[in-house]
Amino acid sequence: MDIRAQVSMVFHLDKCVGCHTCSVACKNIWTDRRGTEHMWWNNVETKPGTGFPTLWEDQEKYKGGWVKKGKKLTLRLQGRVRTLTNIFHNPNLPTVDEYFEPWTYRYDDLFNSPEGHDQPTARPVSQVTNRPVDIVSGPNWDDDLGGSAIYARNDPNLKSLTDEERAQLRKLERIAFFYVPRICNHCLNPACVAACPAGVAQPGAIYKRGEDGIVLINPEKCRGWRMCVSACPYKKSYYNWATGKSEKCILCYPRLESGHAPACFHVCVGRIRYLGILLYDASRIKETASVDDAELVEAHRAIIQDPNDPEVIKAAKANGVSDNMISTAQRSPIYKFVKEWRLALPLTPQFRTLPMLFYVPPLLPVLAAVKDGHYDIAGVADEELRPLLGSLDKLRVPLRYMASLFAAGNVGIVEQVYRKLIAVRIFMRAQRVKDMPDAEMQQILAQANTTPEEVRAIHHLTAKPTFEQRFVIPPLNREMAVEATVDPYQHAHEAGFSFRKVIKRR
Amino acid sequence: MFVVFPYVAVVLAIAVLIYRYARDRVAFSSQSSQFLESPLLFWGSVPWHYGILLILLVHITVLVFSGAWKIWVAVPARLYTFEIIGMVLAALSLVGLIILVIRRLSRARVFATSTVWDWLVLVALLVQVGSGLLVAILNRWGLEWSLNTVVPWLLSIVRLNPQPEDIIYLPLLVKLHAVNAFVLIALLPFTRLMHIVNLPISYLWRPYQVVVWNRRPRVRS
Repeated sequence: MDIRAQVSMVFHLDKCVGCHTCSVACKNIWTDRRGTEHMWWNNVETKPGTGFPTLWEDQEKYKGGWVKKGKKLTLRLQGRVRTLTNIFHNPNLPTVDEYFEPWTYRYDDLFNSPEGHDQPTARPVSQVTNRPVDIVSGPNWDDDLGGSAIYARNDPNLKSLTDEERAQLRKLERIAFFYVPRICNHCLNPACVAACPAGVAQPGAIYKRGEDGIVLINPEKCRGWRMCVSACPYKKSYYNWATGKSEKCILCYPRLESGHAPACFHVCVGRIRYLGILLYDASRIKETASVDDAELVEAHRAIIQDPNDPEVIKAAKANGVSDNMISTAQRSPIYKFVKEWRLALPLTPQFRTLPMLFYVPPLLPVLAAVKDGHYDIAGVADEELRPLLGSLDKLRVPLRYMASLFAAGNVGIVEQVYRKLIAVRIFMRAQRVKDMPDAEMQQILAQANTTPEEVRAIHHLTAKPTFEQRFVIPPLNREMAVEATVDPYQHAHEAGFSFRKVIKRR
Repeated sequence: MFVVFPYVAVVLAIAVLIYRYARDRVAFSSQSSQFLESPLLFWGSVPWHYGILLILLVHITVLVFSGAWKIWVAVPARLYTFEIIGMVLAALSLVGLIILVIRRLSRARVFATSTVWDWLVLVALLVQVGSGLLVAILNRWGLEWSLNTVVPWLLSIVRLNPQPEDIIYLPLLVKLHAVNAFVLIALLPFTRLMHIVNLPISYLWRPYQVVVWNRRPRVRS
């Protein structure tokens, strides 16, 4: 066992209202510079939809992530030799057109145009060339266009659906969509790290921090070869066209290190975000990433270790994981959602990077048809009080779609999640309304494989958690890192606890 | 020109490279414009780089193993073959380079992000490849005559005992080619040419995953 700690996340999609507050908070802090206009380290996508950059999930187009060839796991992008022969031109690099050409408006024209008969307008101009441009796409270009023929219809996840299911999704009165906020997944098996050719003596410019698993790009080592941009299946590494370096989500590590939640987490209006520590067995990364598609989620759950298991604690301590870190892991909301309750699933696990951001899929309305002027929930009559539970196969967004997005096509796993989510709803409603016979309740709980205690715990952490329960932020002990190079007291006097250059006077 | 300038160029290049590596490592690479324009870059960058890399390789081997080359090219058939290969490669890289110039001029996004240094490099490279190809066409069998002229001069520079008389009687075009080579070396640390020193060879054998610890755990189970 090689136990390491990982700062890990859960997004509860049922609570996401698609307000983009997270994106804006991130943008204002980190990517409001020239060259980073197209970088949305955090973005919110409408699903079904094509996302950002357009069609990022389509790995036939972008060649991100890993593929299993026999027993070997290789980058879909290219082998090691091809990386070097492709170094003069990366054939799979998304260009600015796949994102959008950044633009601003000539606001000056509103004030400075000569007097005339028409209202002056502010023309859009490219922020790259400063010339007028026609805006053809932008961030969130397909926001809320769940049923649209141009955007939503191209969603790669729709491929796994039957024609009937697809038609059902698009029917005008039945259009259903939901939001998926995305940040860097800080994967256990990151393809961006594996694809980086930079470095002569030391390997790679991208690395995973041992203590907390945050994946970072070192701009001093980055030589702008752009292979990470292509290799990341989530397209969360971005190329800065003004500086010639790649940049990505840093999980607000300066905030984390001072005990604050990352900006996008902190500002979340719907309180959909949870953050905590997971302990995992690093010696099993390769075998976990190499299992068959249908088993990926289960294997992913299995690599996450129980922080209360004495064996795991022993191995973690032997590996340098601090006591504080272990006790933080024991209180982790992520562990509960992912491992104990088995509710949160990784996004598109079929790319085999073992993403460490998990999603609780949204409860969407079941199929309904307008009959005599009111909605008739399909099958209500047959199933009496349990229409939700009985109608899993009648969800407006089919289970198969969710399975394509969150379980590498394994419908069974998504079904288990939904059964439990629905049981929580029915149970908590029955508690208040008191209209359900006990026997029937027991049946529902058994079907969802849960207990009243678990249901109450899920309800609490879903509906009314405190700030401290949502964000169990680990002590990252950055001050210890300083010890490696200089006496920490000396360093504190000279530069504070940071790695900025020491000011020298002569 | 043939005595002092080479040393100035090389010392400048090395000194500035070391300085920038120590103080300005963030800028120790060239800025790719593929993100702004990709298709034309393929037709420019790929032939250019492969052409020029092979030509440079031959130049360097001629300099290092001049004795062996003298014997090797004594057979005319070999000399002819190498001359033709050289001309084809030079033409290939020249075509690539011209495409790159056209791209930088005609694609608004690339033009907007170009610096004066970028243009300087392109002009210097055009002069270098152009003069090289012209020498190859006008003053044939350079592989043979250069072994007794340019190579001794370059070797004398390496030996810190420059002998300009080996080169000053050569045609102007050859001298231009030689001097401009050192201009390029001098430009190297200031421009996008800097990427030459970033040879990502270790990628071939490094482990895929990189984990960096602040404090490496002392005990591993």
